[in-house]
Amino acid sequence: MDNLLKIKNLNIEGFYEDRWQPIVHNINLELKRGEVLGLIGESGAGKSTIGLAAMGYTRQGCRIASGSINIEGIELYDASEEDLRLVRGSKIAYVAQSAAASFNPSHRVINQYVEAPVQHGLMAYDEAEKEAIDIYRRLFLPTPETIGLRYPHELSGGQLQRAMVAMAMSCKPDIIVFDEPTTALDVTTQIEVLAAVKEITETMNKAALYITHDLAVVAQVANRIMVLRNGRLVEEGETRQLIKKPKEAYTRELLNVRNLRQEKSISDKMDVILKVRDLKATYTGRENVLEDIDLDVRKGRTVALVGESGSGKSTLARVITGLLPAICGSINFLGQEIPLDFKTRDKDTLRRLQMIYQMPDTALNPRQTVRKIIGRPLKFYFGIKGREAEERIRELLTKIELDPDTYIDRLATELSGGEKQRICIARALAARPDLIICDEVTSALDQLVGEGILDLLQDLQNKTNISYLFITHDLATVKAIADKIVIMLEGRIIEQGDKKEVLTPPHHEYTDKLLASVPEMDPDWLDNLLDKRLSTFI
Amino acid sequence: MIKLLRQSPLSARIGMGILLFNVFLALFASVIAPYEETSVVGDVWESFSGNFFLGTDHIGRDLFSRMIYGARNTVALAFVTTVLSFLIGSSLGFIAAVKGGWVDQMLSRIIDAIMAFPTLIFALMILSVVGSSIPTLITTIAILDSTRVYRLSRAVAMDIEVMEFVEAARLRGEGLWWIISQEILPNAIPPLMAEFGLRFCFVFLFIASLSFLGLGLQPPLADWGGMVRENAGAITFGIYTPLIPAAAIACLTVGVNLIVDWLLHLSSGLQD
Amino acid sequence: MKNILLLICKRIGASLITIFVISLIIFIGVELLPGDVAETVLGQSATPETVEAFRKELKLDLPPHVRYATWLNHFVHGDFGNSLANKRPVAELVNWRLSNTLLLAMVTAFIAVPLSIFLGILAALYRNTLFDKMISITTLSFISFPEFFIAYVLIALFSVQLNIFPSLAIIDDNMGFFNKLYAIILPSLTLTCVVTAHMMRQTRAAIINVLGSAYIEMAEIKGIRGFRIIVYHAFPNALSPVINVVAVNLAYLVVGVVLVEVVFVYPGLGQLLVDSVAKRDLPVVQASGLIFSIAYIFMNLAADILSMLANPKLRQSNF
Repeated sequence: MDNLLKIKNLNIEGFYEDRWQPIVHNINLELKRGEVLGLIGESGAGKSTIGLAAMGYTRQGCRIASGSINIEGIELYDASEEDLRLVRGSKIAYVAQSAAASFNPSHRVINQYVEAPVQHGLMAYDEAEKEAIDIYRRLFLPTPETIGLRYPHELSGGQLQRAMVAMAMSCKPDIIVFDEPTTALDVTTQIEVLAAVKEITETMNKAALYITHDLAVVAQVANRIMVLRNGRLVEEGETRQLIKKPKEAYTRELLNVRNLRQEKSISDKMDVILKVRDLKATYTGRENVLEDIDLDVRKGRTVALVGESGSGKSTLARVITGLLPAICGSINFLGQEIPLDFKTRDKDTLRRLQMIYQMPDTALNPRQTVRKIIGRPLKFYFGIKGREAEERIRELLTKIELDPDTYIDRLATELSGGEKQRICIARALAARPDLIICDEVTSALDQLVGEGILDLLQDLQNKTNISYLFITHDLATVKAIADKIVIMLEGRIIEQGDKKEVLTPPHHEYTDKLLASVPEMDPDWLDNLLDKRLSTFI
Repeated sequence: MIKLLRQSPLSARIGMGILLFNVFLALFASVIAPYEETSVVGDVWESFSGNFFLGTDHIGRDLFSRMIYGARNTVALAFVTTVLSFLIGSSLGFIAAVKGGWVDQMLSRIIDAIMAFPTLIFALMILSVVGSSIPTLITTIAILDSTRVYRLSRAVAMDIEVMEFVEAARLRGEGLWWIISQEILPNAIPPLMAEFGLRFCFVFLFIASLSFLGLGLQPPLADWGGMVRENAGAITFGIYTPLIPAAAIACLTVGVNLIVDWLLHLSSGLQD
Repeated sequence: MKNILLLICKRIGASLITIFVISLIIFIGVELLPGDVAETVLGQSATPETVEAFRKELKLDLPPHVRYATWLNHFVHGDFGNSLANKRPVAELVNWRLSNTLLLAMVTAFIAVPLSIFLGILAALYRNTLFDKMISITTLSFISFPEFFIAYVLIALFSVQLNIFPSLAIIDDNMGFFNKLYAIILPSLTLTCVVTAHMMRQTRAAIINVLGSAYIEMAEIKGIRGFRIIVYHAFPNALSPVINVVAVNLAYLVVGVVLVEVVFVYPGLGQLLVDSVAKRDLPVVQASGLIFSIAYIFMNLAADILSMLANPKLRQSNF
């Protein structure tokens, strides 16, 4: 079969620091009818840039320096704007990461579907409208006849993402570029979109580029995978082959199943350092965002708090730290009842309960040096100054595996994401806490960097017997680090217990759905799941 | 700092040149000016000559000397007023942002009410009641202008306040003073620097306008706005004397605005 | 739809309260006058008897809240009291001048609004070109100039050098519309320069903001023509911010007339206000100040409501 898309020696440059610098190097790529090619890599790999370049499009500040992009015999590299316009949408279409931002808020969803075929002169309005309804039905959108008449802000995130997949199909293009279409979604919603992608690529026999940072996701939809790093190709191969026998070390690292945790027993005799009972909290004063929360954290152990967006897991962290005082209930910390509002807690309580945040960029003051950031809690809590402080800071930097001489005088802005997160850990450690609340500490980081942080946290716990309350939406992380799992839904705890207990059936119904939705590194996982769901549905 | 200045674009350098020139005139007014501020030395509206570089004004005072003294009076007055307005506006704004709750609500409602009133009209009404003198002028304009400073510094501080490093400082148990001076202020300075320039322009123009209306600095003090007013009649005779002080005002505000543009560009670049 | 109505009602309510507060401030402001209006106005040479008589005339012997109620009640009914300077009813003075001011403001808005939207769109479309930079420098200068500088330059150019337009904008009721228009051409040109500069810069910024959105990129990737992207995708979303910009600047215009009226000796409300402030003719100051404030608040209210209505996020599909 002939190649639909053929990219040869593609080089793309970006304009920064006042000059053009290469960001994508010599990429070659071919795509046949009915084939899905997965592009995978961490941030800065250039995968989105390549995806857009396949349509002859570059974002502002980028340009295609050299190479050839050929779609069904049409060369896009030196094509005129008008020729490019004729190809875009009709022969190759694009599904963006954020459907909410990519739909025009002023127009109804179906009008945005119909626009491309009508403007390309392929169909009349009525005909396109009929097809839209048909495809909405095939993608399992609710009330397909009328859902298109809504405005984008009236649809949920998962629905909008599927509506955008539908929109990409409007001109029946031969190639579709999916750019992280599920990254912004919860795992249970991700399944819906993945099913839609599968429906299109398999039953409609289209070719697709699927861009993502998640190997398990791409394994479900792609026939072939290209692993990219810093704009260069690392490895390319058939999906099953690549997952089973990766050639390059980098791919192996990405594939590594995380299991950092040797089993630790949780006996009832161990000290409970945090004991939360009957907590309720509210933002508005009317409805409660948290209801009847009971939670125990034991010394030297990790409790993972799991839930999807809106489950109230981050709110619970704010309530325990006292930033959002609970309206009733009690918090017992180290054998003492502590006030619900942090403003009335004493300095020692504040010191013993530290927090690490999701976004290392905003968790560090960009105008302060590492020395000041780590030195402040030393001075504030222990009155350590001068030479002694300097020594302690260096000691802490060594603990978090950063070289003191290189880093001590850097500003927060001069650090990478992973380094920033390490400094945040050092700042928390400087207070010598008994409990650290970790709020999604790896979700803003690339996979390998995030794993480094988890390793470090684990290591510190083994050495200092510190406890963690670990908030996350990522079940793989949970499996890797937790002793105890707490599952939240709509502001309530629906199930909690030791890791083994929660992860082995029988589960609560929602736990079951949640666990089943996490993609596994098995190319047949999605098909099996969909088959199973379909059969139970019938 | 020096590196920043060296990288500054031509427009900002022109602006800084204009500003420095004016500051120089203001500081050494009595040394540079050939005649006294208020002494009548020639005929009415004499044209340019060796004796009078810029001619004379409507009662025969040397325009060049009055321009120099005018630089001192107007620029100094505008500067003092802007500083005062900034002290009031930014400290209230920061407190409102950090304290939140009823303090924020109360301050913001009061400021809203004042801002719903057009500034010029408000100033005119206050001056009609209390009369125009330098202290009343400074306080009136500073208070009216501080409302805008309050809005901006509150917004800037709110943006910083929601960041987790401020939350971390709160949870550490830090007090109000540490949070404002160590966590918020250093991050608020770049946008506020640009705003200082803008406010200075606004205050400067505002005082000039009031003087032009005869309600600002009172004669015989030399003041650019007032000098336009005094010599306004000349224009119909084809004598361009009033255009000279008016152009000086325009020149200084353009200069400051050029610097502000650069600062805004810098502070938006720093956030990326 | 209900939500929008509720929002609008709230906004109108807030404006009414603001107007009330401002009337109170204006009233109290005069109350705070050191000494007594009567003494201040009559000066030190006045005998106690004349002061007493004057106090009676101004009803200063009544308690403040009663006087405020009467004053507000009269104001609502169009009775603004008598001028202290020439004893004529303030309403009579204000009416004619208000219509002159409105004429000037409307003529200016008529030129400035289409002009600045047109230039703003052009500058946004051709951003970072030479054209855009030239416009940017010109508007920055116009914003920096005091109004009277622009006014005198225009006078020097058009009435002294070229001698085609009058330097004084003198009008009376017997003049025809076009004669009036001819008389106010320079003042409205001055105002146009200032208002257009502000409006154009903000329009440009609003449109550039919209053009940077992900849905514009999406439209380009869908292969939509450039013209259609502007008209169908960018324009409806830029409408709300642009309407806001226009209305806010018209509010500024209402106040901006003061200086220009003084330069051109134009018999408008601004000129009256400035004269009365100088003469300390308090009833006139109160009345014209309150009228200016109401106009200003009203324009800001209109800005908020219109941009609220144009906000696409508030559209409902009625399901």
